[in-house]
Amino acid sequence: MARKGIREYDAKRILAKALADQPAQVALVSPEGRLTSMVGDHPWLKDHRLVVKPDQLFGKRGKHGLIAVDLDLAAADAWIEKRAGTEVTVGSITGTLTHFLVEPYRPHEMEYYAAMRTTMEGDRIYLSAKGGVDVEENWDQVTTLEIPVGSDLDRAALRSRAADLFANEHVELMARWVADLYDLFVQGHFAYLEINPLTIVNGVVHPLDTVAKVDDTAEFEARDVWGDLEFPTPFGRSFSPEEQHIADLDARTGASLKLSILNPDGIIWTMVAGGGASVIYADTISDLGHGHELANYGEYSGNPNREMTHQYAVTILDLMTRNKDPKGRKKVLLIGGGIANFTDVAKTFTGIIEALREYASKLRRIGVEIYVRRGGPNYKTGLKLMRALGDELDLPIHVYGPETHMTHIVTLSLQHMGGAQ
Amino acid sequence: MNEHTLFDGNTQALIFGLQANAIQRMLDFDQACGRKTPSVAAVINENRDGFHKVFWQNSEILLPMYRTIAEACRRHPKADVLINFASFRSAFRTSMQALGEQSIRTLVIIAEGVPERRSRELRHRAQQNGQVIIGPATVGGIVAGAFKIANTGGTLENILESKLHRPGSMGFVSKSGGMSNEAYNIIARNSDGVFEGIAIGGDAYPCSTLMEHIERYEANPAIKMIVLLGEVGGTDEYRVVEALKQGAITKPVVAWVTGTCASLMPTSIQFGHAGAKAGSDQETAAAKNQALREAGAIVPESFDTFDRAIAETFATLEDKGIVAPRKDDEDLPPIPMDFKQASAAGLVRRPTNFISTISDDRGEELTYAGIPISEVCESGMGIGDVIGLLWFKRRLPEYASKFIELVLVLTADHGPAVSGAHNAIVTARAGRDLMSAVASGILTIGPRFGGAVAGAAHMFKEALDAELSPEQFVADMKARKKNIQGIGHRIKSLRNPDKRVELLKDYARKHFTKTTFLDYALEVEKVTTKKKDNLILNVDGCIGLLFLDLMKDLDFEEKEIAQVLEAGGLNGLFLLGRTIGMIGHYFDQNRLKQGLYRHPWDDILYG
Repeated sequence: MARKGIREYDAKRILAKALADQPAQVALVSPEGRLTSMVGDHPWLKDHRLVVKPDQLFGKRGKHGLIAVDLDLAAADAWIEKRAGTEVTVGSITGTLTHFLVEPYRPHEMEYYAAMRTTMEGDRIYLSAKGGVDVEENWDQVTTLEIPVGSDLDRAALRSRAADLFANEHVELMARWVADLYDLFVQGHFAYLEINPLTIVNGVVHPLDTVAKVDDTAEFEARDVWGDLEFPTPFGRSFSPEEQHIADLDARTGASLKLSILNPDGIIWTMVAGGGASVIYADTISDLGHGHELANYGEYSGNPNREMTHQYAVTILDLMTRNKDPKGRKKVLLIGGGIANFTDVAKTFTGIIEALREYASKLRRIGVEIYVRRGGPNYKTGLKLMRALGDELDLPIHVYGPETHMTHIVTLSLQHMGGAQ
Repeated sequence: MNEHTLFDGNTQALIFGLQANAIQRMLDFDQACGRKTPSVAAVINENRDGFHKVFWQNSEILLPMYRTIAEACRRHPKADVLINFASFRSAFRTSMQALGEQSIRTLVIIAEGVPERRSRELRHRAQQNGQVIIGPATVGGIVAGAFKIANTGGTLENILESKLHRPGSMGFVSKSGGMSNEAYNIIARNSDGVFEGIAIGGDAYPCSTLMEHIERYEANPAIKMIVLLGEVGGTDEYRVVEALKQGAITKPVVAWVTGTCASLMPTSIQFGHAGAKAGSDQETAAAKNQALREAGAIVPESFDTFDRAIAETFATLEDKGIVAPRKDDEDLPPIPMDFKQASAAGLVRRPTNFISTISDDRGEELTYAGIPISEVCESGMGIGDVIGLLWFKRRLPEYASKFIELVLVLTADHGPAVSGAHNAIVTARAGRDLMSAVASGILTIGPRFGGAVAGAAHMFKEALDAELSPEQFVADMKARKKNIQGIGHRIKSLRNPDKRVELLKDYARKHFTKTTFLDYALEVEKVTTKKKDNLILNVDGCIGLLFLDLMKDLDFEEKEIAQVLEAGGLNGLFLLGRTIGMIGHYFDQNRLKQGLYRHPWDDILYG
């Protein structure tokens, strides 16, 4: 995955390290720490009035009453302790508050806006003298500056834009600061960087609110700029034990194993090989009007070994055989996939077959129709093994190869459920 | 070659990175297509130059291998494609080098994880030079019947089933490489097959776009219809929408954008590709499918009818006579299968050149005579037991292993003056290494030095087998003018017995059930010592005879005993034991920093 959101804390830390005369006054309170015990590393905490807000990759914190300003250390600590570990709903997403950003409170008059992003053709800088929460409403006052791939930032053009936008006393400072920020944007392989608003106090630019995404594939080039950078999971995303188990397996191997539970009561379960094919199976189930019945999304690819596929299959079989469908319908398991390039189909099937054997009686009790479709190296042997397994275990396993359209097993299974179209 | 053509039946590629399988797959494809020249001209391997061995048809050929892209390009100016297998770390550096070569027209970048900023720079450079990049993060592409990039199309079986060995009239382009095999299969089953297919790669900023390849397909008269498989995220498909609206694409386009299920997913699920991440409503699969449909592309209701959409659109082209009627494909000459693959499928067998029965390193654990090494260690086996396993393929009882260890201890060294140690010392002092010094010492072992172990066993066994009395045996040997091996010592005598022989005799008497050979030899000794005091049973003889007794004790069959004797097996005990001493002498001489030894003249009688 290329673009990843980073914490505001990390963005401000990277900015402070890279840009001259930036205040390095920013602290992150995580579930393992407490603000009051951080004064040793951050002595400024007791000298300043403070701002506190959650730092978990979601915005509109002001609207949700999740920013507190002008607090002393004790009040800031109390504010955090009251909220840490509680659930809040932001937009449509509910999640637990875990991380809080603390920095000096800076009363200010003016708010500017600066943002940068990459595009296919180059980089784009956005600047406005009307920063703050209403910047989108005042988008006509935002100036953009394009830096095409292969060109350097035109500093003269930047200065003249700054002169058009900003108060006289800020033009030089802003032109210099934006140029430095752009250097950092390039060096740090940022994909997106928005500072809204920033303010200027005593000739120093202070970013008040920062949103950033970096290109994580550039870690090997940008490590020095980033320092110790972690990529948090998006707000509201928590993992079930089964999802966590598969994520742990995934981390242990060069192969890829992914699992997301969408609806544990759903009756359509998928075990699909390949990232592209797995999306298409989910698409087709959704496009044919059965998205609400889709229990999981996931994929295995990159030639996982027998043990890995076995564990992956066991996890899914276990989830799908815990309860019968309350409406008394049969469940469906789609063991799908396109035509593999490298993966030995028979070999990966042996892990799945082992799991099916272990769960045979449960599968019979719950009532599961199994559909298999696959191609690629050694697929004929793989399909033969699956057919033989159906007979051996007295399980309804319907087996198809490349002669059958990849997603046809979706329609077949829906027909079986009596719910096609 | 026209501008719209990147590859044809004469195209040759340079491969950066020694990707043996990918190269062989390309050459096998060449044969299926009936190409006259291999599609790979040379390999670039920064670690090693020379040659890389590949199969070309039924025999092997050598592909030149160079350390630098520059040299490969200089030597092969007609190879205008470079397929870059460099890792994500070095993909940028090596790709820039490739783009700096005038002979390179097309660059393919396989690596996943090239930073987006670097990809953009590569695209920019290629555009300046009029070059085309496919990738990064791609499996590549194919021109059916002409040229195949690396692993595109998968196995040869799949290539033939998907009719990629001969041209069809469809142009295919996708982001995902993982789905390209499937797409070629779908196209082959629902039309006359693929003419060209390209996977541009799943990154957010690919170095060439869907539209740029569609433009080439539009310009290529051999392509009659275009199939597009897009992906949620990004706006690349909208370039196609614009071109359709402007009438810049006149050929029918059947399109599908995957990822319509995105709304079902929790916010954080990102599909496999960086590009496949919808940032705005416009970038959703549903919006792109709708826009393509409105612009005139043929877009099915779901992927499930993608095949029918292709078949129906192709049928209209057939009806209009735009494509030639489909013919049955001719049978292809068989393509030799790799031995490994055929063997795995149980199609071939071949006699082996080697047999081994004492150890096996193939499984999870090394075994000695079938016993896993962990069991060997955990059951407390010693070196005597291991010799039992590896020399005689049997588990020895404790007294037998201990006897072998006793022999090793007693034969480990016999001072610096004997020929083996002497040679080892002289060789060490000549500055040679450990192996040379020990080898030089070992080479002196034979009938006169150490080798009497086997010789004695041989002679005494013959005598006993022939039921000769000790006196008859001695007389017989005398008549044949032969020394009895194992009898006689330079220094030791009846009155000054060899302590080592005493130790061996004591051990055997205590632990062996019978000592037939030893008893016989001692009878012989009584005869010989009557003649001369020092004609005693020496240590070599004693070891040889006791080993015969041991083998009898352990119920070795006569045949087995004969084999051991015939193979000179008993000398192995002396060889193994004495090697310990020779290594010791080598270390000793090294520690003492002894210089080259030159034998003094006065110790040589010059005749």
